[in-house]
Amino acid sequence: MNRNVKDIVVEGITGVSVLVIIFIIVTILAVTIVGGWPNLNLTFLSEFPKDGMTKGGIFPAIVGTAVMTIIMAVAAVPFGVITAIYLAEYASEKSILAKTIRFAVKTLAVVPSIIFGLFGLGFFIGFVGKNMDGLLNGGALKWGQPNILWASFTMALLTLPVVIVSVEEAIRTIPREMREASLALGATKWQTIRSVVLPGSVSGILTGTILAVSRGAGEVAPILFTGAAYFLSDLPHSLSDQFMSLGYHIYIMSTQSSDVDATLPIQFATTLVLLLLTFSLNAVAVILRYRIRKRAK
Amino acid sequence: MFNELIRKVGNKKNSAQEIASFNRKKFRFSDWFAEKVIKAVAFLSIAVVVLIFIFVFREAFPIFKMNKADVVGTEVLVQESYGGADNENSTIKTIDNQVDNSNIKHASSGKPSSTLLSNSWMPVSDNPRYGMWPLFLGTFKVTLIALLFAAPISILAAIYTSMFAKPRIREIIKPVIELLAGFPSVVIGFFALMVLATVFQNIFGYASRLNGFVGGIAMGLAAIPIIYTLTEDALTAVPKTFTEASLGLGASRRQTAFYVVLPAAVPGIFAAVVLGVGRIFGETMIALMATGNAAMISMNPFDSVRTLSATIGAEMAEVVFGDTHYNVLFLIGSLLFIFTFALNALAEFYFKNLVIRRYQSKK
Repeated sequence: MNRNVKDIVVEGITGVSVLVIIFIIVTILAVTIVGGWPNLNLTFLSEFPKDGMTKGGIFPAIVGTAVMTIIMAVAAVPFGVITAIYLAEYASEKSILAKTIRFAVKTLAVVPSIIFGLFGLGFFIGFVGKNMDGLLNGGALKWGQPNILWASFTMALLTLPVVIVSVEEAIRTIPREMREASLALGATKWQTIRSVVLPGSVSGILTGTILAVSRGAGEVAPILFTGAAYFLSDLPHSLSDQFMSLGYHIYIMSTQSSDVDATLPIQFATTLVLLLLTFSLNAVAVILRYRIRKRAK
Repeated sequence: MFNELIRKVGNKKNSAQEIASFNRKKFRFSDWFAEKVIKAVAFLSIAVVVLIFIFVFREAFPIFKMNKADVVGTEVLVQESYGGADNENSTIKTIDNQVDNSNIKHASSGKPSSTLLSNSWMPVSDNPRYGMWPLFLGTFKVTLIALLFAAPISILAAIYTSMFAKPRIREIIKPVIELLAGFPSVVIGFFALMVLATVFQNIFGYASRLNGFVGGIAMGLAAIPIIYTLTEDALTAVPKTFTEASLGLGASRRQTAFYVVLPAAVPGIFAAVVLGVGRIFGETMIALMATGNAAMISMNPFDSVRTLSATIGAEMAEVVFGDTHYNVLFLIGSLLFIFTFALNALAEFYFKNLVIRRYQSKK
């Protein structure tokens, strides 16, 4: 074959691969929008499920997801930010502790989400919760069972690496001169971190939080047996209540519901809501991250 | 900080020592305290990994102990279970033709934990059998299908993005493909369940709507962004001088890409694929929704399969705390954890070292 022809063919094949991936993305989006849009309205978003889940809305699932991700963010973000500060400001690249922490963070990022579910069940519910019951309630079952607090904590562990990576990236883009200026003015290291590094990495912390929330809102496997419920007639009132979540709702409606066809509109609309939620969060994060990277250049 | 700073500015030993001694004089409690707290919190991520290890294994451990207990205090137990097992065997034979002889042999041994390596996964029955082979086989089959689909397409797309695309187009392609990483796996699972399953059944005309092939393709979708992003990083990390030298010698962009850049990036691409395998292997929701979830031994890609992680996801909610079934599910979890941990370590240490050595030796 002629070299030029070969060049064009090979380039074409690689280009087609890109197009195939983009086509798949567009198809998933299109299918969800076409299937879910007609049923997406205010009553759907603000009503409880009715008639054995075949009618009504997904209000409790939205509230459950929101509350769970808020608790999760409150738990994960401070730890993530501090770990990132340690990695970027204190640890030298060669120290064994820093290397081990980095490896641990990467491990957390690749451990299958279902393992976090098992860990939540074994540690939070079976160990922490049981012992809390023994100490606080005299053995009565309150914390030693699935609830929104344990589900959120489990999810927080899952999203910890997301926060750490984003924040560390942002911290590293803060110019060295700013730190030097602060130190030269007589500020201590901690003062420099507090008043120069942290304010400079606000957008990174925001990006990390948003990405974590988006990830946490979409994951289902970790909450399968740590707190998500099929149907609740009431919103969660305390941290020891179970909750409904959007992702779990989709899973349960599309696989376990007694009449899958009757609930199809609800399934599509719920998927659309979840997709819109994670998508818009991701879009904000992408824009923020783009601005951080621009500053780095 | 000061020391680091000085090192960066230039190696002026005297001033470094001066500042170090100056530093030592002023002990500030808040600084000392802040550093200790930050270090302690940072240590937490290591602690979490260790805790996951301990607590997932702890719940799996009783299985091995139970084996011994059975051997020691058998007499009465075995007597009892023999009777029960025999009865059950006859019913199994008549009702369920799919159970083959080997299962019945295992069933009559009476020790649930000794059936771990048998061919049948039937945890919920009067005589439970926890044979993990069908699960291993199912997971392997799905992973292979997913990888055969996702790896070539993501690597080719990454080559296009980093080698052939114009900078402006690259700026668009990258974030769009990375969008796929933002799709929750339950959404991909739903898409596979509603659309892919029907489309593929119309094309291939196989019997069961949900099967390993549909599940594999759907899981491949989840792995594409990982393999793509990491491969693209690996390709971009190849020094520009390589490309320039090759182009300067008159090679075309295609020749440069495939004979110069790609070979140099091979360890990085391997690492990308390895992490993709980890993602597919542990994927739960897509497996639950799109693979059909029947544990059977078959090499046909269009048969329904049950993966390891889907088994945990489907059955954990219904088991009794501390039951054998509960322990077996944690054992599966431990295996998943060990496997992904090993894959990550391999990608992190082995392949990364290869990359570094390669570039350093050639610089």
